[in-house]
Amino acid sequence: MRTEKVMGSGQKKESLAAEVRSLFVSNIRDYAMYIALAVIFLIFTITTKGLFISSRNLINLVNQTGYVAVLAIGMTLILIIKHIDLSIGFVAGFLGAVAAILLSNGWNVWLVIPTVLACGVLVGVYQGFLVTKIQVPAFVTTLAGMFMFRGLLSMVTAGTGTIIVRDRVFLQLSNGYIPDLPWGANFDFHLLTMLVGIGLVAAMIFSQVRHRQSLIRYQFKTNSPTIFAVKQVALSVIIMVITWIMASYRGIPWTAVIVTVVLLIYNFVLTKTRFGRHVYAIGGNAEAAELSGIKVNRVTFLVFSSMGLMAALAGMLYTSRLASATPTAGLGFELDAIASSYIGGVSVGGGVGRVTNTIIGALVIMSLTNGMNLLGVDISFQYVVKGAIFVLAVAFDITTRKRAKA
Amino acid sequence: MTKDYILEMRNITKEFPGVKALDGVTFEVQRGEIHCLVGENGAGKSTLMKVLSGVYPHGSYDGEIVLSGETQAFRHISDSERQGIAIIYQELALFPELPIYENIYVGHEIMKGYVIDWNEIKVEAAKLLKRVGLNIDPNTKIKDLGVGQQQLVEIAKALSKQVDLLILDEPTAALNEEDSANLLDLLRELKSQGVTCILISHKLKEIVAVADTITVLRDGTVVTSLDARERKVSEQEIIKHMVGREIENIYPARDVTVGDVAFEVKDWTVVDPASGREILHNVNLNVRKGEVVGLAGLMGAGRTELALSLFGNVPGYDIRSGEMTLNGKRMAFKHPADAIENGMAYVTEDRKGNGLVLIQDVKFNITLPALEKLVDRVVVDDNEEIKVANDYRESFDIRTQSVAVKVNTLSGGNQQKTSLAKWLFAEPSVLILDEPTRGIDVGAKFEIYSLMNQLVAEGISIIMISSELLEVIGMSDRIYIMSEGTITGEIDAKDATEEKIMAMATKTVEEAV
Repeated sequence: MRTEKVMGSGQKKESLAAEVRSLFVSNIRDYAMYIALAVIFLIFTITTKGLFISSRNLINLVNQTGYVAVLAIGMTLILIIKHIDLSIGFVAGFLGAVAAILLSNGWNVWLVIPTVLACGVLVGVYQGFLVTKIQVPAFVTTLAGMFMFRGLLSMVTAGTGTIIVRDRVFLQLSNGYIPDLPWGANFDFHLLTMLVGIGLVAAMIFSQVRHRQSLIRYQFKTNSPTIFAVKQVALSVIIMVITWIMASYRGIPWTAVIVTVVLLIYNFVLTKTRFGRHVYAIGGNAEAAELSGIKVNRVTFLVFSSMGLMAALAGMLYTSRLASATPTAGLGFELDAIASSYIGGVSVGGGVGRVTNTIIGALVIMSLTNGMNLLGVDISFQYVVKGAIFVLAVAFDITTRKRAKA
Repeated sequence: MTKDYILEMRNITKEFPGVKALDGVTFEVQRGEIHCLVGENGAGKSTLMKVLSGVYPHGSYDGEIVLSGETQAFRHISDSERQGIAIIYQELALFPELPIYENIYVGHEIMKGYVIDWNEIKVEAAKLLKRVGLNIDPNTKIKDLGVGQQQLVEIAKALSKQVDLLILDEPTAALNEEDSANLLDLLRELKSQGVTCILISHKLKEIVAVADTITVLRDGTVVTSLDARERKVSEQEIIKHMVGREIENIYPARDVTVGDVAFEVKDWTVVDPASGREILHNVNLNVRKGEVVGLAGLMGAGRTELALSLFGNVPGYDIRSGEMTLNGKRMAFKHPADAIENGMAYVTEDRKGNGLVLIQDVKFNITLPALEKLVDRVVVDDNEEIKVANDYRESFDIRTQSVAVKVNTLSGGNQQKTSLAKWLFAEPSVLILDEPTRGIDVGAKFEIYSLMNQLVAEGISIIMISSELLEVIGMSDRIYIMSEGTITGEIDAKDATEEKIMAMATKTVEEAV
């Protein structure tokens, strides 16, 4: 069984139980997150008598998570390079309001979206400039940004109060679903959604098998075939269940499509490109990165710009979802985004983190919000619960890392 | 005659998952002696000291520790400190922004009722500084001291705790020859005052000079314990025990024909904008193809600053005048990226601080400076990366389970080889090595030297900054000596002696006095 060879050591074939145990111990950080998510789902399903797990609510959860997920993806990069961005909540709120204003002034939606995204990049460029060229600490730069954009949001909404958005395309962003195929009417589920789900499973298995083959080729440690198969089946089942939930309702929400595209792009950039390597190198040791020829300032600048872009996108998703821009939009978004990243395993010490896990972190945070809303929990108490979960997650993260080191 | 042992560690066995770091080690130290502990990296010296000091608490190892006849069970460093044991680590634990006196008494301040008695502390600190031979105002901040002086403050701090057994882990690794000599004198002085010392060091010359007893560790066991009072122990003998074989010549010979000038610096004058001080003054040097040029000098002579200012000027110095020529072309690097692109590489003196990304694996580190070589359109080719890293692992003999192992788990020597591999992957024509063998063991040193020979044979030019004079003499073709930011001498390695180099390295210092 050459697939079970452990590099450089003459270890015998592990028993299945032993392998499961070692797999669990070495990945406890990731598994804990999934288990936490499962527990949250279970508790809310029971306490809401099944309401939480209903198709309608889960779709709602996806739409709710959208803007936080997008912010958290941008924030993950910021945190990996050991910076922080406190401004993004009100940047998102402000840019969402800008979108609403432009739309109500009769701008075409296809012009509004790129314009607002460009504004987001500009905000990122401004903050990135302060952080890299002037060397103002990110904490200060973005705290100042928080003040300013909060003020700007109040200013633009001062005359009218809440700005209602009526553009149908724009409203689709966070409330619409992908259209079905022409002959989908013959089925009592959303055909295209099912096909996408099946395609995803096929793509996942294909890429996992290829990855495993390359590991074997280089004689790196791999899981036994049994474990590998179980993992693939389990993941496939999860994907198909989610697909079915969406297909039996109204199909895939546009928010899910947008978040997935953003996620795929960021994941690709972080794991496959030079830029991604540079981000991790800077987070791991900025001085060594600089001396290795990495232009730390330039990378930092780009990371802040991308954060601005994500804030603009999040702002529009949120405005679309509420069908209006409000004077308080964006309040506390940055906290949800930071919490999502840390719950998703971004290291407090920098240099470690994955956007795919950050999405799970965002789901944890938003499931809590969603579930507690269903239960009618007071908003003040919700903050207490979220804060507690957040600090627990980071404490757990730090303890497991310490143990891994010893 | 029964010997008076201050410390007896009997049958110490300490296991980590998968490795036996110490295997039945018995280590006995007599009262009032200087006991040197030597061994290659990974031989178990640091582990043994951590067991002794309670970093690894009682119960996490087998065996027993007897201190002045009493069995001890330390659960924490504070337990061993209370029994008069103090350890000074290689990485100093001082507060740079605090004055000397506060650093000495931090954690055990002298109290008057509920408040700290600063006056008493200052008086006592001044006495301690005198005892360690440091004639400096105790109000001076640590950041204004040199490394050698900081080391002395650490010792003063240990003495303030009424230490009986002082353990020094590589105290001279970061020191120049003069400071090292001072430190060794101090150890002898402390010995005469009844303090027992355990000295861990890779510098065999010092060990031979100062040791009463030498214990050699190899692979977690005691190979031998030599009594240096009865007879003189030679360096060769220690090396033989350390590596288990005899290394004939520490500096391998090479036969390389030196070519044309590959890299030249003229009238290089640099000012540190923070202090406005001129840190480099009219530096002129060159290195030829296939040549190893040594850059000797005391700590603070400006050698690292020179390297950094040439290699893309990361510290942001103000380069007032001068020009550099690389392979016939005039250059001005704005960033290390430019330097790398034009065939220059700089292996830092501080591999943990600014050399390697410790939380990443071996392959990540090796490919970092020249990642574009692995990029196919925009994607980094992971498979090619593994192949490249494995090639270096084999050719440099980087001892690791696989290239996917995190660098912070490797020993110092293997980290240094990873550092070198990283820079050779960038295919430099001029390679600056800053203290390439600091803190690594004899065996790994020999491997690094052999690699250097191989590189110059391939036509690379090497500038080697080193504070170990024998290394500079042994490995260089030509040697420049720096002092206070200027080149004070140039000498052919064949004619070089330690005395000649030291004379030039202290030249302007004496003139300034």
